[in-house]
Amino acid sequence: MLSFLIAEIPRLFTIYNVILLLKAALTTLSLSAVGCVVGLFCGFLLSLARLSQRPIFWPLKALALLYVEILRRVPFLITLMIFFFGAQVLGFNASALVIAFISTSVISTAFVAEIVRAGLRAVKPSQMEAAAVMNFSAWHTFWHVRLPQAWPLILPPVFSYFVLFIKDTALASQAGVLELTQAGKILNTKGFSASLVYATVLILYFIISYPLARFGSYLERRLGASRHSRPRRAV
Amino acid sequence: MAHLDIRGLVARYNNATVLDGIDLSIERGEIVSLIGPSGSGKSTLLRVISGLLPPRAGTVALAGETINYADRRSLRRSRDKLAIVFQQYNLFGNMNVLRNVMVAPVTIQKRDKKTVEAEACALLAKVGLADKLNAYPDELSGGQQQRVAIARALCLKPDILLLDEVTSALDPERVGEVLDTVKMLAADNMTLLIVSHEMGFVREVSHRVAFMADGKIQEMGPPAQIFGTPQQPRTQAFVSRILGH
Amino acid sequence: MHYVLHYGQIAPYLPYLMGGMAISLALSILSFIGGMVLGLFFAVIRNEGHPVAGRLVRIYVAFFTNTPQLVQIYVIYFGLPDFGILFSPFAAVLIGMTLNAAAYLTEILRAGLSTVHAQELDAAETLGMNRLQTLRHVTLPHLFKVAMPALTNQYILMTLGTSMAAIFGVEELTGRAFNINSTTFRSIEIFTTVAALYVVVTFIATILLALVGRWAFRARVPVL
Repeated sequence: MLSFLIAEIPRLFTIYNVILLLKAALTTLSLSAVGCVVGLFCGFLLSLARLSQRPIFWPLKALALLYVEILRRVPFLITLMIFFFGAQVLGFNASALVIAFISTSVISTAFVAEIVRAGLRAVKPSQMEAAAVMNFSAWHTFWHVRLPQAWPLILPPVFSYFVLFIKDTALASQAGVLELTQAGKILNTKGFSASLVYATVLILYFIISYPLARFGSYLERRLGASRHSRPRRAV
Repeated sequence: MAHLDIRGLVARYNNATVLDGIDLSIERGEIVSLIGPSGSGKSTLLRVISGLLPPRAGTVALAGETINYADRRSLRRSRDKLAIVFQQYNLFGNMNVLRNVMVAPVTIQKRDKKTVEAEACALLAKVGLADKLNAYPDELSGGQQQRVAIARALCLKPDILLLDEVTSALDPERVGEVLDTVKMLAADNMTLLIVSHEMGFVREVSHRVAFMADGKIQEMGPPAQIFGTPQQPRTQAFVSRILGH
Repeated sequence: MHYVLHYGQIAPYLPYLMGGMAISLALSILSFIGGMVLGLFFAVIRNEGHPVAGRLVRIYVAFFTNTPQLVQIYVIYFGLPDFGILFSPFAAVLIGMTLNAAAYLTEILRAGLSTVHAQELDAAETLGMNRLQTLRHVTLPHLFKVAMPALTNQYILMTLGTSMAAIFGVEELTGRAFNINSTTFRSIEIFTTVAALYVVVTFIATILLALVGRWAFRARVPVL
């Protein structure tokens, strides 16, 4: 059996198939990356709504809370299906890839919002008080004091989440998106052995994810571990 | 007209009355110190004046204008005139010393950057930190941070400065350098409201001393009276205990 | 363009969906228990610092945490038959989830173990406890106390992860949603209903685990 698989290897790694896999890997990476970038932006808006004190923001605050608490408790596969069939039903002519991008963005917004909120809350209230008595506006306090101090606490976990999410995007194959897992399925249906194809796909995921995960823990040591919130100077 | 005029001020914190009818009038250029046991409401009074805790009753008037703490504009105007130095310094951790001092004058008060920088450097030199302009707060000792905080407050060009136990977080060896800085301000004829446990310092620098307990000013008078011939039994007990050792 | 929602058509299927939910929960609970057993074993090996075994555990964890669970199950379900090893869909998913959970739980438990202080262990030794007693009375209570929030979070993520069993034909909650969808074509209604069920069941799980944590280990687990 093993010799049979080894004989299959040269046939599998033709230029055409390698390009297919590389393009798929790029899609896998961009699904998570786009999701996290959009998630970071929307997550910021959501956590700002949740941290606001003024009564006029309370409805928004409640909505933000519901969004975060609900979306973090729905399987990615189900969210994907809701958007997939929702687009069909509403006659919204979107490609599977666009639907997958929307789904990853919607889901990661909920998770990243929680990270952002935790980071912003970790800034000591006395820092904001000091700004307030010097007549900083809400915006100036946020931009000059709160955000710069929260940023080193937010970035490492968001990056970790991005790496974690790369693996969840495998589910986008169920909506027909041509990412790594789907590429594996295509090669499998072309007649290559499932064990060889999926092992290859596993290794490709590992090659993408492992260095990023290592970089993530480096980032955490470099930014998170230091209690300093100031920019680090080059050593 | 009094520079700072406080009438019947009441403040509550978590349903506990921490200020229970404060009347206090401070003239321009006067230095008033608040002393008393911890929990007597001294620091709370400074927080209420600076608008960090809204009062439940009573009024605070600054240079003749009553501050409406519910109105942002009124609060802004009052905060333009006063500055506060916190017990825990509260320097911005993400900014170096010079930026800590310059940020509010430049970005909030919109003053000319070059002028502010010159003033900030002069102030920092005055408090003995001319060589620490590029240091970050966490690289400084407590005493150094506290002096930066004082320079930061002064760079706002306040009419009145509130000092909240500026020496209590410091090592005994560091207390002297901060107190010297404050004495320098006293010589500059600035209105100061000081909360302090340093009785020797209070006695030396203040024009008047107010003894607070249970959210009220129990006794007020010149230092000689408060420390020498206190009228109230509670003041006597407090002063003799403090000065006893 | 104008789509009218008919949740009424879904209502008769609710008992069927609840049955699927039971299978989802069975999957998540079984794989969590299996993962905990393996994870605890691996975490101890990592912490004791065996040169070879420790390294093997590290490789195991790195491999399983850096590849998707879905593809891991693909290999088990579609790949292993190439070598004559066949599993039912349920078994394949259960094995994949357990192995995957073991990797994440190893990391959580190892982090928890490293917070057990040497002093506490010394204290246990002076009290005359043997290794097993120390583990039972000192190490494990402390470990669960500090790790409870992370363990709760992991269990919730695993419950959501059971939905991928549908891809292999397991008729759990998501699988049954696909079944109903193919007979009623009420896609939006069925998938939003199922989404709501996942929200409810994970919420209940969070609260239950918080209560367990508080009673058994005096751990504080935030619910919201």
